Amino acid sequence: MADSPWVVVDNLYFARGEMDIFRGVSLSIPRGKVTAIMGPSGTGKTTLLKLIGGQLVPDSGRVTVDGHDVHALSRRALFRLRRRMGMLFQSGALFSDLNVYENVAFPLRVHTDLPDSMVRDVVLMKLEAVGLRGARYLMPSELSGGMSRRVALARAMVLDPELIMYDEPFVGQDPISMGVLVQLIKRIHEALGLTAIVVSHDIKETLSIADYVYVIADGQVMAHGTPETLDVEEDPRVRQFVHGEPDGPVPFHYPADNYYHDILDVRNG
Amino acid sequence: MVDLIARLGRHGCETIESLGRAGMFLARSAVGMPSREGWSLWLRQMYAVGVLSLAIVLVSGVFIGMVLGLQGYTILVDFGAEQALGQMVALSLLRELAPVVAALLFAGRAGSALTAEIGLMKATEQLSSMEMIGVDPLRRIVAPRLWAGFVSLPVLTVGFGVVGIWGGYLVGVQWLGIYEGSYWSNMQASVAFFGDVGNGMIKSLVFAWVVTWIAVFQGYDLVPTSEGISRATTRTVVYSSLAVLGLDFVLTALMFGGLS
Amino acid sequence: MKRSKMVELSVGLFMLAGILGLLFLGLRVSGLTFDAPRETFTLEANFSNIGSLKPRSRVTMAGVTVGRVSDIELDTDWYDARVVMEIDGELEDQLSRDTTAAILTAGLLGEQYVGLSVGGDPDTLGDGDTINDTQSAVVLEELIQQVVSNMATD
Repeated sequence: MADSPWVVVDNLYFARGEMDIFRGVSLSIPRGKVTAIMGPSGTGKTTLLKLIGGQLVPDSGRVTVDGHDVHALSRRALFRLRRRMGMLFQSGALFSDLNVYENVAFPLRVHTDLPDSMVRDVVLMKLEAVGLRGARYLMPSELSGGMSRRVALARAMVLDPELIMYDEPFVGQDPISMGVLVQLIKRIHEALGLTAIVVSHDIKETLSIADYVYVIADGQVMAHGTPETLDVEEDPRVRQFVHGEPDGPVPFHYPADNYYHDILDVRNG
Repeated sequence: MVDLIARLGRHGCETIESLGRAGMFLARSAVGMPSREGWSLWLRQMYAVGVLSLAIVLVSGVFIGMVLGLQGYTILVDFGAEQALGQMVALSLLRELAPVVAALLFAGRAGSALTAEIGLMKATEQLSSMEMIGVDPLRRIVAPRLWAGFVSLPVLTVGFGVVGIWGGYLVGVQWLGIYEGSYWSNMQASVAFFGDVGNGMIKSLVFAWVVTWIAVFQGYDLVPTSEGISRATTRTVVYSSLAVLGLDFVLTALMFGGLS
Repeated sequence: MKRSKMVELSVGLFMLAGILGLLFLGLRVSGLTFDAPRETFTLEANFSNIGSLKPRSRVTMAGVTVGRVSDIELDTDWYDARVVMEIDGELEDQLSRDTTAAILTAGLLGEQYVGLSVGGDPDTLGDGDTINDTQSAVVLEELIQQVVSNMATD
């Protein structure tokens, strides 16, 4: 059981309206490792996290977390399972009516009966870990993007979950706070041995912290492997993504009519 | 032509589906309210929804009462019946104007704010993240707001009625010089506590449910973009105003229609 | 902490204001009194025409309100209107048997009410008794018709 994967996604299909997002995605997330899920924007990486967290229900296929089929659980059991997962949202998603301290304390307050003094110890410990112990009385609106993501990370860790899911942790960050976040995530997972899923399209940063990488495109797993093997992958689509080439098998142009005819049409009309 | 009918059909299906969602939503969030935590959340919402709407409701109430006093006087004086001003002001306020106007103001002031607030929480993923922490946002975010609205509007309606009657008194008695005793005694002789005040309260309870429900559901169900939020806020005001006016007719017909 | 005290206090005042407002509407506006469940007894009276008398109309005696009309129905024996009144309990067995009831109008176009006036019979009216001597409502159209026909015959 100890080395069986923590999360298994098995042949997952999901469509939003007319659009297919996943067409048979299968992947497994090993225990105690950092697994990255990468892919171009708009391939539904965030959707995948929501499917794992049970917020969305797939059209077919199964997601098992620690042996539980997420979408067959009762609401109560699902909420209990979620206490063992932390999730870091793209925007941080701090509760805007609570200050930094209360935001981090929130999961403790709703899920435990710890006395206030102990809540305080735990919260300050987590805030110290992300370097924001001094910012505890600020409101979320007073934080910069990088700071609020760090607070959100402290909140995601406060219940000592076994799995943390990161949704685009690096997007829209200046190089310094990006470096801070990379360092933080790396340190946390090395020190605590937590399982992590990092969803991102920032290749360099993600590859530097991931133990294993899945690349998703067109609703399917396009490639997977360790960062080293992906770097020398032959598949042109993977090469284009990993090396950030502007044009290639994934076209630069949105599908359109023939350019020549389009232009002439306008002139005639 | 076939296309048109098909579009109509699809529209109908969507409407029914969203009504169903709204019903499920209400059922799931309205139950399981009291807890120590819930109590303080409810208090905070009472402040935001009720106390902060008090000013606008009271000011409008005074003005409506004053206008009623003035208009009523000019009509009644033709029949030499200006002594009945108190009766007219009180009955029209308690039966109709207080529940309806207070509900409309409430939809504009508190309802739209509720929609925007919940909508913004959805857009910034606060609802999602709460769910991932293992807390049901329906219980934590929606339920206190729903109950706060349900309790606030009747209180606001009472306030509206009281200051309205006072406004009528100001104009009728203080300004136009109707005898004070007949203002009150005519009122007391014609207003029945259970028939008029009670029915007005029942109306306002119904409106409170409908307006808060629409506001909160529109916020919870919106498309999480800035355009989606602005549309949902508009929808809240439009839908709840229409619902209040429509239901008012139905309730009036049920309560006073059969009275010969 | 201070802020949440403020919130609690203002919500408390808000609710208190609501209760006081409801009390005002009850006492001052609807004229409820706290000794409300007053003893009453019922009297009945048949009128050949009640005009626009309604349930809840006042019943007065020498201008003082002593009760309310509780029910009006058509008496199918005589095809006239039976009016049931609830009268102040203090007057039970006090009103003489030949008390008369008349339907009067407050002002020219005002609401109609029942006026009672006592006679001299030593027997008194008890709960459920019927007043025999009644005077119907004055219907304006009939009055005008009478005046017009009187003028025609003159």
